[in-house]
Order: sequence, then C-alpha cells, then structure tokens
Amino acid sequence: MFENLAKAGKYLGQAARLMVGVPDYDTYVQHMRLTHPEQIPMSYEEFYRDRVEARYGGKNGSSRCC
Amino acid sequence: MSGTSTSASSKIAWLFVAILGAFAFGYIALNRGESINAMWVLTASVCVYFIGYRFYSLYIAEKVLKVDATRMTPAFRHNDGLDYVPTNKVILFGHHFAAIAGAGPLVGPVLAAQMGYLPSMLWILIGVVVAGAVQDYMVLFVSTRRDGRSLGELVKEEMGTIPGIIALIACFMIMIIILAVLAMVVVKALTHSPWGTFTVAFTIPLAFIMGIYLRFIRPGKILEASVFGIAGLIFGIILGGQVAVSPTWAPYFDLDGVALTWALVIYGFVASVLPVWLLLAPRDYLSTFLKIGAIVGLAIGIVVMMPMMQMPAVTKYAFDSHGPVWAGTLFPFLFITIACGAVSGFHALISSGTTPKMLANETQARMIGYGGMLMESFVAMMALISASIIDPGVYFAMNAPMGALNPTGLADIAAAASTTVSNWGFVITPDILTQIAADVGEKSIISRAGGAPTLAVGMAQIIHSALGGLGSMSFWYHFAILFEALFILTAVDAGTRAARFMLQDLLGLINPNLKKTNSLFANLLATALVVASWGYFLYVGVVDPLGGINTLWPLFGITNQMLAAIALMLCTVVLFKMKQHSVAWVSIVPALWLVICTMSAGWLKAFSSDPAISFFAKANQLKDLLASGNFKPNAVFKSQEAVERVIFNNQLDGILILGFMVVVVVMIGFTIQACLKALKSDHSTAVEIPYAPMPANAEAIISGTAH
Repeated sequence: MFENLAKAGKYLGQAARLMVGVPDYDTYVQHMRLTHPEQIPMSYEEFYRDRVEARYGGKNGSSRCC
Repeated sequence: MSGTSTSASSKIAWLFVAILGAFAFGYIALNRGESINAMWVLTASVCVYFIGYRFYSLYIAEKVLKVDATRMTPAFRHNDGLDYVPTNKVILFGHHFAAIAGAGPLVGPVLAAQMGYLPSMLWILIGVVVAGAVQDYMVLFVSTRRDGRSLGELVKEEMGTIPGIIALIACFMIMIIILAVLAMVVVKALTHSPWGTFTVAFTIPLAFIMGIYLRFIRPGKILEASVFGIAGLIFGIILGGQVAVSPTWAPYFDLDGVALTWALVIYGFVASVLPVWLLLAPRDYLSTFLKIGAIVGLAIGIVVMMPMMQMPAVTKYAFDSHGPVWAGTLFPFLFITIACGAVSGFHALISSGTTPKMLANETQARMIGYGGMLMESFVAMMALISASIIDPGVYFAMNAPMGALNPTGLADIAAAASTTVSNWGFVITPDILTQIAADVGEKSIISRAGGAPTLAVGMAQIIHSALGGLGSMSFWYHFAILFEALFILTAVDAGTRAARFMLQDLLGLINPNLKKTNSLFANLLATALVVASWGYFLYVGVVDPLGGINTLWPLFGITNQMLAAIALMLCTVVLFKMKQHSVAWVSIVPALWLVICTMSAGWLKAFSSDPAISFFAKANQLKDLLASGNFKPNAVFKSQEAVERVIFNNQLDGILILGFMVVVVVMIGFTIQACLKALKSDHSTAVEIPYAPMPANAEAIISGTAH
C-alpha cells in the first residue's frame, strides 16, 4: 500500500518535471553509468542548467502551443 | 494480450458507451429551445472521444500507419538521457498535453458561442476525431520514423526545398499573428482592471525570487520553488483586491489599452533577452502547473455543479453574417474561429518537437498523439460550457465591440449596452450588468472582448458554486484571469524567443552573420524585429475602434488551419510514398476540408462586398467616406487619422490573407506532384530511418531497472 503510494508519488513528480522539460535525473545517471562508464555524469545542478538551456535556448524550436 | 477472452465483455462495454452517447445526443436534440444541463453535453462529448479513440485511431494505427511494436524508436537509438529518453507513456502524455494545451482552446469556443453552443459542439467533436487528432497522431508518427525531425525539415525532405522554405516562412508569420492575438487577449482582459493588472505584474518579482532560488539557493528544486510560487500567486490575488480599492495604489495599475500595449511590448523585449533562468523558466513552471490545476479544477467543478446551459442551442447569428462578436456566416467562419480544440496546425510543430524524441514505442504514439488532442478538445468543450452557462445577455454585452453596444456614445454605458443587447433579442437589465461587475470586483464588464473575461466569469461561477461558496466570486474571477494571462505571457515570452531563432535562420539565408545566436547584435536585431512585428498588430488591434479581436482572430484562425492543412498534406505525401495510398483518404479528407474552409474564408475576407467581413471592402468603404468629405468625428471614429489607420490596417490584413492563400495553392501543387511521383514507383519511397529491432531490455530501460 505505502509502497504503491510512494511509487505513485515518484511518477507524479517525474511527470510534473517533464511537463516543464526536465527529464528524470536518475535515469540519466543510470544511462551514463551503463553506456558511458568512462565519463563522469553531470551533477544534478549542471544537468538542470543544461535542460533549462535546451528548453528555452531555441535549439528545439517552439516547445508549446497557442 | 487477453483479447479473445475479454472480447465479449469489452464488446458489451463499448455498446454501452455507444448507447449512452447516442442517448445524450438524443436528449440534446429533443430539448432544443429549452435549457438543458451541461452534463448532457459533457456526456455526449466523452462518449464520442472514447469511441473515436477506440475504433478510429485503432484503424489508423493498424491499417493506415501499420505501426510496428518491434521497431526501434529514436528515443532508444539516440538515447542520451537528455533530449532522447525512452519515457513511460503516461509521463510522456503529461508532457505532450502540457505542451499543446494553451489559450487557443479556451478563447475560440467562447467567441464561437455567439452562434449557440450546438454548432460549436458538433464542430469540436467531429473536427477533433477526423482532423485534429489525426493530424497530431500522424505527424508524431512520421517524425518518430525520421529521428524526431521538425515539421520544417520533414516538409523539406519529403516534398522539396522550396516547400520547406515556404513552410518555414508560413510558420514564422503564423507565430507573429498568434503572439499579437494572444497579447491582445491579455490587454482586453486587463484594461482598466487594477486588480488584474496588479496580480499579473506581481508575478514578475515572484518569478525573479523563484529564479534566484532555483539557480543559487536550492538548484533545480522545481517542485519546491513552484509550491512557493503558487502560494505567492494566491497572496498576490488577495493583495490585488486591496490594491484595487486603495485610492493611492489603484491609479498606478489602472491602465488603458494603449499603455498596456506599450507595457507588453517593452516587457516582451526585455523578457526575451534576460537570462532564461531568471524570468522565463520560473514563470513557465508556475503557468504550466496552474494551467493543469485549473483545467482539472474546472472539470471537477462542472461535474459537481452540473450547471444549466443558458445560451440557446442555436442563435439567430448562426443563420446570418451579422453576429456582434465577429461577423460572418457559419460556413466557413465557425470552422476557423474554433481552431485549437478541433484542429490546430500549431500542434504539428509540437508533435514534431520534443515528444517524438521520448516516445518509447511506436504503438504509444496513438495514446499520446491522438489521445492528447482528444484531451485538448475536452478543454475546448469545457470552455464552451463555461461561456454557455452565463446569461446570453451578459455574454453579448461582454463580447460585442463598444462601437456596437454604445453607438451614440451615451454616458451611461450600462444602460446603452443593455438596451442594445435587449434589442438583439437577449433581454438584460443594466442592473444585472453592474451587479456582475460588482460581484467580480471590476468597474465594468461591458465590451470586454477577447474571450478571457467571459471565460473567467463562467469559471468563477462554476468553481465558486462547486466549492459551496468558498472564496468570493471576485477572487475566483481574478484567479481565472491570472491563470489565462500568466500562460499567455509565458507563451508570448517563449514565442518571441522561438520566433527570433526562426527569423535568424531565415535571415541567415541572406547574411550568414545574422544566424549566429551567440552574437549580441544579431540577437537584439532579431528580437526587436519580432517584437516590433507582433507589437504592431497588437497596437493597431487595440486602438481599432471597431474591435481588434474580430479582425485578428479570423486572421489567426485562417493561418492556423492553413498550417494544419499543410501538415496533413505532408502526411498524405508520406502515405503515398509508403504505398498506402488506398487508405490515404484518412489525411486527404481533413486536408481537403481545411483547404475548402480556409480558402473560402480567405476569399470572403478579401473579396466579399460586405464591409463587416472583407478587409478590402471595409477599407474602400472608409476611403469613400473620407473622399466624400462628409466625415465628422463621432463616437466610433474620434479623428480622421483613426479612419486612415483603420484603412491602412485593413489593407495590410487583406494582403496578408492573399499571401497565405497563394502559399496554400503552391503547397497543393507540390503535394500533388510528390504524390504522382510516388505512385509511379512500384516500391515504397518513404525516406524513413531503416528498421532496427527494439533492444531486448527495452522495458527495463524505460522503468529505470536496467543493469
């Protein structure tokens, strides 16, 4: 029961963050560990700054609608 | 799946949905002329969404697109944990929906309600199932099979370089018009509303605090900062109520349209050159969460309150072309007034933006693309309900231009407006108009065009009543205004930035130096050009004594639907190239319908002899008036310059419309050419990324349990 609630809370947090363009940090770290073990992953702070720049920096064009 | 064992019970369930929907529609049809409960409208709509999703989108997935669950998506191929991330479909649905839902589905249905709720309801439902959701879904699919490329790149690759450049220029122009019309909705909502203006202005320092918190104090703690921000917003609304009644402070925030226009233009320029973390990002968080919260709240509110529809199912304006809110006949103008909610070309940019880079499996494009658009349609339906539960007399007094409500310039505006609206057949007393203004804490609600204030009155009634009278009407009214203004301003800010990059790309074709996004000069020049462009349309719209919304909104609707037609043409070309031309009617039918609607609306806007509809006829009528020498300053036109400005603006709008019509004709030519070429080939000529199988541990990667 509590496990399910914790899981739901985690999903909700992930969903809320992705709504504003920040993907899951743990998934990123895991991806780096599995596929690029020779590289040091960005810290959460760097990761967050990188995502903010990507969302509004104009590389992806418009990210929202009218 | 357990398809065969559950098929009997599932068939019964779907039969039940179909019967319920048919019953709700029957009830609406049989009770014409009497007011019905909004729940019937909501029930009928939800049944249509379920059936459209279950049957039509499944048909498209299996028979038209032939989605392949074993095919690797760009999220896996380019997985970098940043832009390309295989994402749980429910989480990605939230991301996609937050990106497509904006002010469009809230404003269009409110304006269209002047014809009664039934025509709008039917168009929203039929439009979304056969056109809007199909477009979003197919563009998402096409982009996913091509590494998540953008609409402009897709058109260029599949149809040629020239159509690609045309599509880019069209996107840029549409962006400018969208920014102007959205900014105008804010100006109309805040004019002489110190309470509203204060709360919106209050969000700027609030965003600065959040931005600094997110950058330096607790970096990247979005949810913490957002909870603080939402609390700050509520405080701002309450404080705004005090400011509005303060004789010292109220005058500072009691601005007219022109002052607000300048404020917005300056704001738009400054906001899009400031660092994003300081203003744009935190305000984006606030507006996104507030938007989702308000939509959920409105849905719950309607179900709890179960309001009655006060607006007639069909008004007389559905049969003539003289509606006070906007002029024009039901065909074609209803179909361009409601764009977002039924079909919106802008979504093609979103469906080919970030979403395809995070799609874990092709089969999920159906839920995210088709389902996401159904959800937006549901938002449009709620906006239509909110506009229809208020007294029709109030609706028309709020949405008609001042020149129509008070043509002789009487001092007692409420009396003049109530007489005019009553003469139109929607009986209303001046007392009711002043009472509602007092309820929502405004000096006047007359001629507050643009849709936002009307929606705010409806939402305030729904939320206030659903919460059993918790909070005052005026609090919820300003909450609703703030919710709309906030995400429109975020859109203006982000849109100015996006348009700036688009413009720099286009200018880069002329001079490569202007393409450098790290050059301060190029940045400032492009930003100034973008702000000046939408600022111009905003300014002339605001000072237009005949009402700017009814000029700009059709222009926006036509261009947005034209973009949708172009996106559907692209999908058609792709289907022909995939040798799926036998089922290409799925995109041809909506594309054709949009071409018919936009071309006939464009034709009427340019060449109708009715000055209320045609830009050129209006300009010529005013020119003749000046030439005859009979012009005297009056309540509508205060000076000869005002007339000349309206003449010039109408001519400019007319030329724009003609330009867009030429674009559509050219794109039709390129589409037919590409389709014929594809037909001649005996094998598939689609330029997809070649097939590769899904990784074996795909599920584990999505759920984050891969080792």
